Amino acid sequence: MPTITIREALNQAIREELARDERVFLMGEEVAAYDGAYKVTKGLLNEFGPKRVIDTPITELGFAGLGVGAAMAGLRPIVEFMTFNFSILATDQIINSAAKMLYMSGGQYNIPIVFRGPGGSAFQVSSQHSQALESWYAYFPGLKVVMPSTPADAKGLLKSAIRDDDPVIFIEQERMYGNKGEVPDDPDFTIPLGVADVKREGTDVTIVARSLMVPVALKAADKLQEQGVSCEVIDPRTVRPLDIDTIIESVKKTNRVVLAEESHPICGVNAEISAEIMERAFDHLDAPVKRVSGEDVPMPYAKNLENLAIPDVERVIAAVREVAYLD
Amino acid sequence: MASKVIMPKLSPTMEEGQIARWLKKEGDKVSMGEPLAEIDTDKATMEMQALSNGVLRKILINEGQSAPLGQLIAVIGEPDEDISSVLNEAPAKETPAKAATPPDAPAPAPAPPSSTQPAAVDANGHARQAPAQSESGRMIVSPLAARMAAEAGLDLRTLHGSGPGGRIIKRDIEAALSETKPVASFPRAVEPLHFQPSVVASASPYRDEPASEIRRTIARRLVTSIGPVPHFFLTSEIEMDRAVEMRRGINALDPDLKISINDIIIKVVASALIQHPAVNASFQDKFIRYYEHADVGVAVAIEDGLITPVIRSADQKSLSQIAGEVRELAERARSRKLKPDEYTGATFSVSNLGMFGIDEFTAVINPPEGGILAIGAVTPKPVVRDNEIVIRQIMRVTMSCDHRVIDGATGAKFLQTVKKILENPLYLVV
Repeated sequence: MPTITIREALNQAIREELARDERVFLMGEEVAAYDGAYKVTKGLLNEFGPKRVIDTPITELGFAGLGVGAAMAGLRPIVEFMTFNFSILATDQIINSAAKMLYMSGGQYNIPIVFRGPGGSAFQVSSQHSQALESWYAYFPGLKVVMPSTPADAKGLLKSAIRDDDPVIFIEQERMYGNKGEVPDDPDFTIPLGVADVKREGTDVTIVARSLMVPVALKAADKLQEQGVSCEVIDPRTVRPLDIDTIIESVKKTNRVVLAEESHPICGVNAEISAEIMERAFDHLDAPVKRVSGEDVPMPYAKNLENLAIPDVERVIAAVREVAYLD
Repeated sequence: MASKVIMPKLSPTMEEGQIARWLKKEGDKVSMGEPLAEIDTDKATMEMQALSNGVLRKILINEGQSAPLGQLIAVIGEPDEDISSVLNEAPAKETPAKAATPPDAPAPAPAPPSSTQPAAVDANGHARQAPAQSESGRMIVSPLAARMAAEAGLDLRTLHGSGPGGRIIKRDIEAALSETKPVASFPRAVEPLHFQPSVVASASPYRDEPASEIRRTIARRLVTSIGPVPHFFLTSEIEMDRAVEMRRGINALDPDLKISINDIIIKVVASALIQHPAVNASFQDKFIRYYEHADVGVAVAIEDGLITPVIRSADQKSLSQIAGEVRELAERARSRKLKPDEYTGATFSVSNLGMFGIDEFTAVINPPEGGILAIGAVTPKPVVRDNEIVIRQIMRVTMSCDHRVIDGATGAKFLQTVKKILENPLYLVV
């Protein structure tokens, strides 16, 4: 299997799906002539031409609405937000149109659209450009929310998202585009939405992590192994629908859970997972579920403060040791 | 966050502890699991471990002072943390640190759980924390540990939690399960006995029946009135002429037997207990324990107190066996050589102060027994029989009953049987 970056894996996924189905098209700010602000769409304009790869004005609400209309008319748009911070402008189209159309049209209109782009914390771009919004979108019935953490997951999940008949929010971690990993080159390689992946098996503590926190959790698990603690690391990969069964099975085995996320703690995805665990695995818990979240503050610009605002390996280790009653 | 250090339960019967020695000073760093103090319990001096990390900010109970279970005795927190809110929860100055000397230091009676009772509010209008009992009384168990204990039939109250705040966690259950031993039997003294050893050696078997709601309500209501064991008293006058005559007759047959009136009373009480199982019982909160045998405790005065050696299955023993056992146990009681299983686990007790010329008195129940019979002196008294004044050997007995398990009529019927047999000891053989 070739080893490629997440950026390249996403590019492959879009290219393969553009080639596979002519109803698929891509639009967004700078996606065509500039090859994408993060170069995810590199070379696609040349290959598929300006009818399939479209540069839009800086009008998120406008082109998101255009995408929803195109989807109603039978196309399968991929809408790139330069970052998910700008999707905030488009939320009326995403939430009120895309998410609810199937329901409000009495099942007449599927909206097979993918809203994708980088999200989560970036490097020193301060509060407005460095935030994790997945809990917003996961809140609404009608949306699917996907957050890959490896190149293979990025490719397999994006292809499934493009082929899915419902609107999918696909959040790529801005810091992780350069992360490398092996990716199958089979053009029909897909990963189903709504299936978690056990990134590492263990027996003492379950760490549930997604996106940026997956490599952090795996590194913490390595270090904890040296301290005699065996961690199981689960990446839900899809926040909605959430594969809670895989998490519950793991909790029943380990009896202790740490939930890691870079987003804010209040009303976050981990608050939801925590509640599910309490409801479904109460009698299997030997310690309270422990969340490790981003600080409850706007992301600071200063490098030292930015580092403190995002969970790191040490914080995950401390949380695991706490639920394992080791300190 | 500041965490409270409370007087822990370091022995199954401990109700308060005395600080023998603080192993840390105020301002010292402490970490979870580190020894914090040595505490004298009713049984031994035990080490108390810190259950959280931080700095020992405040010691509230000094060395040599005692505190009831659950009382705040120290505070662990961050070096610069404001701990005043934690300290405010401590009871007023006079109550907490009572010097260990007066034995009558009243441990505050646990407040009955009551939903209608308004929360205590201090002068400033702040709701005050209920006394520490609620804290010590509440067991902290992880859900998993609770389930594991239930499945293994393990009594959580016998476990020591190693988690934060004393939380019982998985590893505590696993540790308990790995060291569970078969139930200890009660070995008998090995030295040869000069009376016939009984066939029944161990504590009485029993059956537990769920306590009915009304039974539990009665229990709850009554303890709010008088202490945790709500006593009531029944007195009866018993004509002892025939019992005295019987004793004289038996001892005339064989002077070595040395049967006492008290031995006869023990035998009669045991017989009556078997006829009244409701009295041979113990209140255990959620259920009532009915004993199959009558294990009768006999109060024996010793130099600085009293102890109640137990005549196991007195209902199945002969008078000579009982007399021999009582003599032997009392002797060893006075030389303090009784083993714990020889003075614990009676199902009912008898206390006799007749030899001190006491006509009548009330005795205090030895929990968890359901009752105790206080025996006065046998004295000749003028009584009316068939419209004539005659002299009879009269003994007054007073039964103290635990009202949670024994009601007035139940106790009265039992006492009636005791009286009937003592007045006609031939019942013992029919």
